Amino acid sequence: MELDGLLLARVQMALTLAFHILFPAFTIGLSAYIAVLLALWLRTGRDVYESLARFWTKVFAVSFAMGVVSGIVLSYQFGTNWSRFSVAVGNVVAPLIGYEVLTAFFLEATFLGIMLFGWNRVPPRLILVAASLVALGTAISAFWILSANSWMHYPTGHEVRDGIAYPVDWLKVVFSPTFPLRFAHMLTAAYLTTAFVVVATGARHLLAGRHVEAARIMVKMGVGMIAIVAPLQLVIGDHHGLDTAEYQPAKLAAMEGHWDGSKAAPLVLFGIPNAAAERNDYEVAIPNLGGLIIAHEWGGRYPGLKEFEPKDRPPVLMPFFAFRLMVGIGVVMIAAGLVGAWLMARRRLFEARWYLVWQSWMWPSGFLAILAGWTVTEVGRQPWVVTGILRTADATSPVVAESIAGTLAAFFVIYAVVFGIGIFYVNRLLVRGPTPGTTAAAEEPLTNRPIAAALPGGRDAIDAREGQP
Amino acid sequence: MEPYLPVIWAGVIVVAVAMYVILDGFDLGIALLFPTTSDEAERDQMMNSVAPFWDGNETWLVLGGGGLWVAFPLAYSIIMPAFYLPVIAMLLGLVFRGVAFEFRWVAKPSHLPWDIAFFAGSLVAAFCQGVILGGLVEGVAVANGAFAGGPFDWASPFALMCGCAVTTGYALLGATFLVMKTEGRIADHARQIAKRLIIAVLVFMAAVSLWTALSSERIAERWFSLPNLVWLAPVPLVTALVGFGVWRSLERGGEMAPFAGTIALFLLGLLGLAISSYPFIVPPSVTLYDAAAVPASQMFSLIGAMITLPMVLAYTVFVYWTFRGKMRPGQGYH
Ligand code: HDD
Ligand code: HEM
Ligand code: HEM
Repeated sequence: MELDGLLLARVQMALTLAFHILFPAFTIGLSAYIAVLLALWLRTGRDVYESLARFWTKVFAVSFAMGVVSGIVLSYQFGTNWSRFSVAVGNVVAPLIGYEVLTAFFLEATFLGIMLFGWNRVPPRLILVAASLVALGTAISAFWILSANSWMHYPTGHEVRDGIAYPVDWLKVVFSPTFPLRFAHMLTAAYLTTAFVVVATGARHLLAGRHVEAARIMVKMGVGMIAIVAPLQLVIGDHHGLDTAEYQPAKLAAMEGHWDGSKAAPLVLFGIPNAAAERNDYEVAIPNLGGLIIAHEWGGRYPGLKEFEPKDRPPVLMPFFAFRLMVGIGVVMIAAGLVGAWLMARRRLFEARWYLVWQSWMWPSGFLAILAGWTVTEVGRQPWVVTGILRTADATSPVVAESIAGTLAAFFVIYAVVFGIGIFYVNRLLVRGPTPGTTAAAEEPLTNRPIAAALPGGRDAIDAREGQP
Repeated sequence: MEPYLPVIWAGVIVVAVAMYVILDGFDLGIALLFPTTSDEAERDQMMNSVAPFWDGNETWLVLGGGGLWVAFPLAYSIIMPAFYLPVIAMLLGLVFRGVAFEFRWVAKPSHLPWDIAFFAGSLVAAFCQGVILGGLVEGVAVANGAFAGGPFDWASPFALMCGCAVTTGYALLGATFLVMKTEGRIADHARQIAKRLIIAVLVFMAAVSLWTALSSERIAERWFSLPNLVWLAPVPLVTALVGFGVWRSLERGGEMAPFAGTIALFLLGLLGLAISSYPFIVPPSVTLYDAAAVPASQMFSLIGAMITLPMVLAYTVFVYWTFRGKMRPGQGYH
């Protein structure tokens, strides 16, 4: 059987990206949360904030390491797997990645050292500064990478000669039209994801009656965040969709399962898109509502897939279902936020066990929504890798398919094992929870660390403190 | 300014690569020394001596790769597919060693697998870096501006030897770093190892130099024709002197000097390679000028680099300064 190098390269890219984004989704939000905890600690002097900050810093360290190593892989994959892409748009896209390295990666990677290991070397205020810089670095990193990605979705500020893109106006390149909302949507997604993990952790401990004071703070802070940000995400997402309608109409049609643009557009709630027959099977739809949402007019119309030549149409199935999954999760998140806020207002947040049980299961929701959202975005832009300039099929490297197949298998196995174990470790840390009152910070480093290991009996002491055998 | 942009960018990339090789070299090297002790406390201490730095160190690799793409997209698009397998093997090696920094502590007391991952990941990464370097010096098959060879073109005896050479060099950097940063048993132990490694490194450097000169007319001509011979003769001479100095200083109990000397050896090696390769960025056919991005792109990125790189260097120094001084047994940064 002939191996399909293009397909293998795409699967490999999708796999490595999907693993990578799990970690930024969490570390972008968590670094900001840790900075807030540290600030609260310095302002109020309450030990519980310190132990919370230290607890989440441990979790952060493990997650961040996985984010870094999976990210480095990606930065080289542009060359290894998409070398024609690197030449065709390198003049425009590469500088954006270059700026990301210079303004974000060095910042976060360098101050990470102080944030994690500086506790017995520098005053607490400097830890706060380092944590804030790390948080800033992660957000700047998102800025540049999403700028590059948005330019690929709808390129502006360039000209194409002989198939190669040249920059003309950098401001237009960096701020291409789909960028502002994509950046806002992604940052909000990251903060939401983290908030749900924080709330779930707090809820688990409250339900088990452990670390009660710290757990209450986690639940309260997280729920407050969700109550504000989840509805905001709906608004941002809606506007983001309007951008899609304007700049990538074929993607929007695929997301909506919309085939025939000559009729008033319904809102398809469910169906199974059938590309061969150019319609949805088993469709459940609300007439006219789609037109209202997209064209903002009852009976409004927007282009359907039939208006695009088959060779310019994206696959429909994946964007269609992934979009419904994302929006579905978004709605559940809004409910979680509003119900939580209502309970909080009535001072029943910590007693409502049903709510805590519900929240304790919500931790994966942000990750799922983010994966779903990226699937919509990336599959929906096919068959282009850079809309109008370069088709995915023309972007590949001159590498034999067997090499790609071999490395794909290696990625699959190694990522599953390494990141699987990593996620297991993170979970173990979360279950253990914060260690109470460690104001003797200077001598007492982050638990289970070298002093413990080096001094005989040290580890036993720490295990005893953490309630481990 | 425009005609100089490719040369300036080549300089920036050489600096990034040099920073990477030196900085990540010593933390990969420390991992390579893991099997020389089985004592848990010693291993803790070895890992701790680099834990606050490794991520920043590795970022220079991202800058090296990213910078190559920014400034020389054509070279990037040829080199990466040409070294597809070693590049990906290197990245996967770095996955193991990177996560080991954190996983090892969380896994305790069952951390042995992560000790092994730390060592093996670093070994694979170091070896692949050497192979890529060697393969690049030997040359890459190019047709119509794209890589035109097979998946195992890089696997020549010379490249494999370069893999061993770089691995040995990193181990020396790691050992001399430990001599500088630790004391007690572990420092003595590192000193003993370093004394043997310095000899191996000098042998490798000589072998690599002679092999390149003998196998390539272009390179032989660069070094041995007059007046180049006169101008370039100091490079190998200084290398030999520095090598001897490192060895002497190790014998006499020097603490900083062996590390500094090893860095100098690496820089000299890099200088030698640059002299052999210039003006090619992908020997033997693609020059810096062929591969350069358009001036508008090189300029845009250069402005950013000129503003941010000094800041990066400043806070890198700040972090190293924060964690300055010797680590005593049992003392961790964590
Ligand atoms: C929205 C955010 C986002 C997105 C879409 C991506 N990344 Fe990422 N990346 C980050 C947000 C981030 C981060 C928050 O800055 C990370 C994640 C966790 C971390 O450790 O830093 C990071 C780490 C990280 C690193 C290691 C940096 C270091 O040494 O500290 C590299 C080289 C990349 N990424 C490269 C990429 C590439 C090539 C991507 C796409 C093709 C990509 N990232 C998508
Ligand atoms: C981090 C979140 C992201 C996720 C989860 C994601 C997901 C995906 C998926 C699923 C594909 C395969 C699509 C297909 O082939 O049908 C893909 C392809 C690709 N993505 Fe993304 N993507 C992300 C971000 C980015 C960013 C930020 C960039 C560039 C700056 C990017 C560049 C690419 C490229 C070059 C391909 C390969 C060509 C292609 O198949 O279209 N992606 N991504
Ligand atoms: C609540 C209703 C939501 C709406 C209406 C919405 C809308 C959208 C739209 C239209 C896109 C595709 C844009 C394009 O590619 O052109 C998108 C992408 C995406 N969504 Fe959502 N979204 C919602 C909720 C969420 C939630 C809750 C999350 C995660 C926590 C999320 C994460 C993402 C991500 C990561 C992407 C891909 C990156 C991007 O293009 O922004 N979304 N969303």
